Amino acid sequence: MKTVLVVDDSGVVRKVARRMLEGWLFRVEEAENGESALARCDLAMPDGILLDWNMPVMTGPEFLAQLRRRADGARPKVVFCTTLNDVHHISQALAAGADEYIMKPFDEDILREKLVEVGLLDDIEQ
Amino acid sequence: MIAASDYEFLRRFLKTRSGLVLSDDKQYLLESRLDPVMQKAGIADMARLVLALRDGFKPGLADAVVDAMTTNESLFFRDKNPFELLSSLVLPELLQRRAPGQTVRIWCAAASTGQEPYSIAMLLRENERLLGGRRVEIVATDISSEVLARAEEGIYNQFEVQRGLPVNYLLRYFAKTGDMWQISQEIRSMVRFSRLNLLQPFNHLGTFDIVFCRNVLIYFDAPTKSDVLARISGVLAKDGYLFLGGAETVLGLSLDFVAGSKRGYYVRKPAA
Repeated sequence: MKTVLVVDDSGVVRKVARRMLEGWLFRVEEAENGESALARCDLAMPDGILLDWNMPVMTGPEFLAQLRRRADGARPKVVFCTTLNDVHHISQALAAGADEYIMKPFDEDILREKLVEVGLLDDIEQ
Repeated sequence: MIAASDYEFLRRFLKTRSGLVLSDDKQYLLESRLDPVMQKAGIADMARLVLALRDGFKPGLADAVVDAMTTNESLFFRDKNPFELLSSLVLPELLQRRAPGQTVRIWCAAASTGQEPYSIAMLLRENERLLGGRRVEIVATDISSEVLARAEEGIYNQFEVQRGLPVNYLLRYFAKTGDMWQISQEIRSMVRFSRLNLLQPFNHLGTFDIVFCRNVLIYFDAPTKSDVLARISGVLAKDGYLFLGGAETVLGLSLDFVAGSKRGYYVRKPAA
């Protein structure tokens, strides 16, 4: 069973994402900012991370920079998931080491496609 | 509610016009798809719509009904596997047999809003070295002129550009305009769109090396499927390739094709 860590300061978004992810049989962990996400990663590195941009205490990009410096910090697939939807922010996220990028609002199709894209889910022909 | 006789009329109408086969229980689909058409045309209910279609006095109404019933949501790199096969196996194999300077021709037979031909165009750009200077022509057809107009513009909303499209491709090949994303002129110029009903002859399109005819045969009955496959075989090069949708097959429908070396594509049956 693969683990996905959902990092978002909105409890609603975490809940929505959790429901979708559990539907595809992921184990889901939650964190409400970058700092508590790092603490989770230090306990056990997840397989994937769904990462909001703007959060109190530590933002998504700050978290990602620190994560990628960790010994096994290159392993998790990181998918940004944010309302920031311009070319500048997307490029910045990829340059910082993100694997994919979701522009909110998202639905089940989009999340599934992006997880397939980074190799966390198998593609099912439909 | 649709009267049984009206439902029957629409079924036959759609079958004749587009090949679309509706089973007995598609009243809901019919109503939800045709409601916007009726509103636009100022038609109050299904019975009057059927009357208007029978007289044929309202120009464009028949096309609008066919458009509404045959337009289906599409996504970039749908099912992924065909596109992986195209770049890793089919193109390299085909190009060995095509001299530099020859043009490779690809046909998307149910192009819808353009995601499939544009996915192929982006893939070709990504694999430019493979082409070795050979020219590629992508012809994209669909029964609906409305979706083709959208496809030609190449403008997609935020949901559409996140379905199947890797974010790298979004950055490389799209520009943001307001809330929408438009695919680059360079990619658009690689695709030629034209309207085509697969029930009608398509010899005039010329011969193709690769045909994508995905997720359209499923809407046809068996004789129509066989007929379309036979005529595709007529426009496919002897050493050409055919891609069908994930739930489609040639089995029991055509003897002209056999499965390729990997699941997901077909080649012409070798001459005995």
